Amino acid sequence: MLVFLLRMSLKNALRHRLRAFLTLAGLTVAILSFGLLSTVVSAWYAGADAASDKRLITRNAISLVFPLPISYGERIRGAEGVTGISWANWFGGIYIEPKNFFPQFAIEPASYLQLYPEFVVKEDERAAFVRDRQGCLVGRKLANRYGWKVGDNIPIKGTIFPGTWNFVLRGIYDGRDSSTDQNQFFFHWDYLNERIKQTAPRRANNTGVFIVGIRDGSAAAQVSERVDKVFRNSLAETLTETEKAFQLSFVAMTETIVLAIQIVSYVVILIIMAVMANTMAMSARERTAEYATLKALGFGPGVVGLLILAESLLLCGIGAALGIALTWPTVRAIGGALDNIFPVFNVASTTVWQQLGAALLVALAAAAVPAQQAMRIRITEGLRAVS
Amino acid sequence: MSGEAAAVLLRHVSKHYQRGGQIVPVLSDIDFAIARGDFLALMGPSGSGKSTLLNLIAGIDRPSSGQILVADVDIATLDERELADWRARNVGFIFQFYNLMPVLDARENVELPLMLTSLGRRERRSHAELALEMVGLADRMDHYPNELSGGQQQRVAIARALVSDPTLIVADEPTGDLDRKSAGEILDLLEQLNGELGKTIVMVTHDARAAERAHAIRHLEKGELSALEQREVA
Repeated sequence: MLVFLLRMSLKNALRHRLRAFLTLAGLTVAILSFGLLSTVVSAWYAGADAASDKRLITRNAISLVFPLPISYGERIRGAEGVTGISWANWFGGIYIEPKNFFPQFAIEPASYLQLYPEFVVKEDERAAFVRDRQGCLVGRKLANRYGWKVGDNIPIKGTIFPGTWNFVLRGIYDGRDSSTDQNQFFFHWDYLNERIKQTAPRRANNTGVFIVGIRDGSAAAQVSERVDKVFRNSLAETLTETEKAFQLSFVAMTETIVLAIQIVSYVVILIIMAVMANTMAMSARERTAEYATLKALGFGPGVVGLLILAESLLLCGIGAALGIALTWPTVRAIGGALDNIFPVFNVASTTVWQQLGAALLVALAAAAVPAQQAMRIRITEGLRAVS
Repeated sequence: MSGEAAAVLLRHVSKHYQRGGQIVPVLSDIDFAIARGDFLALMGPSGSGKSTLLNLIAGIDRPSSGQILVADVDIATLDERELADWRARNVGFIFQFYNLMPVLDARENVELPLMLTSLGRRERRSHAELALEMVGLADRMDHYPNELSGGQQQRVAIARALVSDPTLIVADEPTGDLDRKSAGEILDLLEQLNGELGKTIVMVTHDARAAERAHAIRHLEKGELSALEQREVA
């Protein structure tokens, strides 16, 4: 009987072609929009999600704007639980014109790449990058965006550090997995420091952050405390935190935008819920006599409720399937256009589950009232609806 | 007629509706019996309570007081679930506007009541096909209601009413929406069901010509039943 009723529900769902098409179109767009907005939110947290629990970030306790002396490195290395250190400095330059934004960091190459095994570089390219003080290493997506090849000269105009900086592309890294940011540009901190020594000697021998490798991720809090203790009451006190917390501090700066996006995604679901509820209410009202007939023939109210619920689930299921199927190509297209803003823009499995959950919620909410009314209707009243 | 010999027996049945604060009486102290294998026509002006009486006999409405025995079961004492099961086993319905499921073809519509039995898919299908053959629609089994004429749709409804071999067939204005020729064919079919298969039929009608096909006619006037008007059966 269940198969028969499901077939009947499917036929009922597609009975009014135009209404079914418009409802399905609405559902598809809503589920797709919900998926896209969820992907944007995920992209916002991509840096935090990709963070390693075996890396800490040490920065100036006052603000990230203030640098730390490079000499701190050796003292951090001495803290118990620390397995290695490296450092990185935000460069903030412009490639040809300001719209070509991508993150640039001056790093200590050998130690940095050791702490970031997710940046996969060919051995010869890695060696060439480490060897060449003017060399740079870029992510695959960034290289593809500008058509760069190993050996190319890349001029970057400094904003924080004035002048034109010429680099030679020595290597292109790939991401170990899809969550790895392949949009970054790395070059030698030494190259930066040498130029600063000449142009602004008082700003030399500093760095923005230290990256601290630790042995045990669960001991992050204790190691952070030990590192910060070393520099307590110094001129530049430090703040050490997990890489995830460091990344989340950037997200926190734009938390309101993320919240707004999340609210919009829920509003989209609420709107389609109202549309779907209206469709189901109209359909159920039109079929009052049919449901009464079924009840007269001996079918229980549960069967009538099931017919309406199944119809709602089928419509939402088809809409969700289409919406979810369209999410991947749409995310790929949008991700390609926005890869300078969202370096990691992938459809997460949680997004797909959320889309399915939203579709299920819409189906249940839309069917609840019409099903209840149809189940309760008295046969004699329902039969009268036909005439 | 004794209660034992009757297919349907009504004892002191009354029905009233509550409208706002007012009680509107529809049927008052109805007492009558329908013998097994009988074909009874209920006539009366609009609002006389004939459809209400039919609904009570069919178990889709409940009396305000009194007893309704159908095949010796007091249906007024059954709860909703028991009453639904009882209807599925004992009553075949024929409605004025056919009440077929538009998304099901003729065979599937006739198969519907059998969904509530333990029959397998193949058996259900063969029963439905047999019922459609009996009403002369063997060549229309795959047709949807909107592909059939009014008369043909009512034939499908008759096939649906008889497919589960019910004790009682209730027909509410079965020819009310049909032209004269189709109405005649439907009445022939009802006579055939009654005469050849021995089905007890209670039919509500406005049409005197339709009522003439029944063995007996009862008139309802303001909720009260007239004396039985027996007709000679050819």
